[in-house]
Amino acid sequence: MNELIFFFNNVVVAGVVLGSIYAVGAIGVTLIFGILRFAHFAHGDMMTMGAFIAFLLAMAATALGITTPVVPTGFLVLPIAMILAAIIALGLDKGFYAPLRKRGARPVTMLIASIGVTLIIQGMIRLFFGSGTYSFFETEQKQLVRIPVPLEGVTRTINFTQPQLLMVLCTAVAVLALHFFLTRSRLGKAMRAMADNADLAQVSGINTKLVVRVTWIIAGSLAAMAGTMLALDVNLKPDLAFNIVLPIFAAAIVGGLGQSYGAIAGGFLIGFAETLAIFNWSVLLRPVAGSLPFELPATLAIVPTEYKLTVAFVILVVVLLWRPTGIFKGAST
Amino acid sequence: MIARRSLMMFAGLFVLFTVIGWFLGAANISLLLVQSFAYALIALGLNIQWGYGGLFNFGIMGMLMLGGAAVTFISYPVNAQFWGSEGPLMLGKALMAFLAGFLLVWGARHADRIGIKGRWKSVVTVIAWIVAYIVYRSQIDPAAAYIETAGGGWVGGLGLHPVLGWLFGGVLAAGVAYVVGKICLGLRTDYLAIATIGISEIIRALLKNMDWLTRGTLTVSPIPWPTPIPQDLQAQGVSISESFIYARLGFLGLVILVLAVAFFLVQRAYGGPWGRMMRAIRDNHIAAASMGKNVTRRQLEIFVLGSVLMGIGGAMLVSFQQIYDPGAYQPINHTFLIWVMVIVGGAGNNWGAVFGALLIYITWMISDPVSQWLFNNISNWSTDMGWGAIPEIQSRASQMRVFVLGVVITIALRYAPRGLIPEVVRREA
Repeated sequence: MNELIFFFNNVVVAGVVLGSIYAVGAIGVTLIFGILRFAHFAHGDMMTMGAFIAFLLAMAATALGITTPVVPTGFLVLPIAMILAAIIALGLDKGFYAPLRKRGARPVTMLIASIGVTLIIQGMIRLFFGSGTYSFFETEQKQLVRIPVPLEGVTRTINFTQPQLLMVLCTAVAVLALHFFLTRSRLGKAMRAMADNADLAQVSGINTKLVVRVTWIIAGSLAAMAGTMLALDVNLKPDLAFNIVLPIFAAAIVGGLGQSYGAIAGGFLIGFAETLAIFNWSVLLRPVAGSLPFELPATLAIVPTEYKLTVAFVILVVVLLWRPTGIFKGAST
Repeated sequence: MIARRSLMMFAGLFVLFTVIGWFLGAANISLLLVQSFAYALIALGLNIQWGYGGLFNFGIMGMLMLGGAAVTFISYPVNAQFWGSEGPLMLGKALMAFLAGFLLVWGARHADRIGIKGRWKSVVTVIAWIVAYIVYRSQIDPAAAYIETAGGGWVGGLGLHPVLGWLFGGVLAAGVAYVVGKICLGLRTDYLAIATIGISEIIRALLKNMDWLTRGTLTVSPIPWPTPIPQDLQAQGVSISESFIYARLGFLGLVILVLAVAFFLVQRAYGGPWGRMMRAIRDNHIAAASMGKNVTRRQLEIFVLGSVLMGIGGAMLVSFQQIYDPGAYQPINHTFLIWVMVIVGGAGNNWGAVFGALLIYITWMISDPVSQWLFNNISNWSTDMGWGAIPEIQSRASQMRVFVLGVVITIALRYAPRGLIPEVVRREA
């Protein structure tokens, strides 16, 4: 039983947290692809930027004394950071993508433009923050939640941190809000219509410019949320983006580009796969070590920890070969 | 018209290099020249893939790393301790395990020959993959652990001539590109971009962590030069400052020779029927397929060809820098930089790719000192105004190149979307 709780702590908790972060990031990627038809490469950097905005706000809030003992300051300032990130995302669109769109540039050109944006954002972040590592928890403590399991002979407790719990709650709220927005509101329906067929949506009188703006607002604020969550879970680095953009794209593609629910499923799939792949299975097998035909090594992981990043990609390739447009049928250019 | 314009462009570039060389000194500019010409070869490789074939390869970094690993393996002196230990035997066993696994998977893929079809074939294939993976891991893990501790630390090199290493870099990149292309080339643009990024990340993870093969983050140095190194010249009585210039110029000559040969061949191919076919596939692959062209096969061809040049270029960079450090490879420096070169220079035009490579590399390298100078001035000004100085100017200035690169590509896409020396589309009257 102790081993199972170890498994729960290391795989289920970590997988849910990582999956939430990937899912929230992948929704943005998939929405932008659905509406604007290009792979928005700068999404990882929008996440990093959002995290840094939240970090600055949290520092300001701490300096002003606006803190609560219950919620970490990072979560307190998250809504403001999301609004700011949405404004910046609108600005990025106006400054970088809208002129190209007006010229009728191909999606490939847009993708390259988004790499330019990646480099600019990353350059700015490094210019202001150097290359050091920052943490939201320099002035306050990460509270650990321990839940004892009421079973005989169980000594381990179910552990997770308070930010992790809040993260999963935030993700649930965001996903539900998005679901109701897409299915109930007029604008959400317009968005889905445009994702299905942009020309048809336009001749039906849908204000496509407004839809594009709303897409950037949602994508920008969700990117800030995902970035802040990642920074709260581990720590904040200027080169956060490169390690995250690959699994997020993998999640979006696995789920089917353009499919919001697919992105959520893909995010959790990739998150769980990564934690499962690097989990040390010999811990689970230890109780039955005597009856195994081979000697149990100290570590028995599917892949060594250094190769965690590659797991997302292997899943991506397998899914693409098996179902070329993702699990939920996705769009392509 | 266009020829005259590009001539002007190259003349301008020459002036730029001369002015920068005058500021930095002959030793520094010769260093920059060697590296920028090596990058020109890599940009030529990307130009084949993207400019000729329209393939979205974002995995350039992986090819450069493979080239570097290849030249390290070929040209580094022999590690006698490894060859005297149990290591080669264990590696041989691991290789056998790999081949056995490969055969197993291959057999499972062809299981329909013996009547296993449909769903059962998938099951058999998955099981074959798992078994092959376990068999391979069971052999390679102890071998790697043994070599890293008792077997001499790492495999070492073969002690052969570096130029052979460059060739092997091309061959290795070609082999990997063939496998990658087989898997990925069926994918459409966006998917292909992400897939190639993923593969280059996998290659990086492997080469960085396979300490028994590449020494990983411990780095390998010094890797020998194909031409005399400065120390050789010093031994012949050349003064220290001049020896660096002459040695680098010697290396530069070799790099330019390789570039010229590659350029000649690639340019000839572009003008010939093969190049026309490639452009036809790039512009409308459905039409090309309906004319009986085997699109996937041709794209694989172009992917492998471009990767060969990337592998050779990566190998040249590593032998010039004399150090192989898998940890130093970054997507910005080794993938996006080259994309910016080709886009700014002019995709589809080989002169454009070379021009872009030289221009962007020099911009990339001098944006550090220029922004340092700029920051120093601003800092002095703000100190005078009583606002205090800018902290950590040195480290901040070195981050400016990323920003400059982003601005350059944005401006290029906006105002010169086809590049500074664009592709010439010839039309018959």
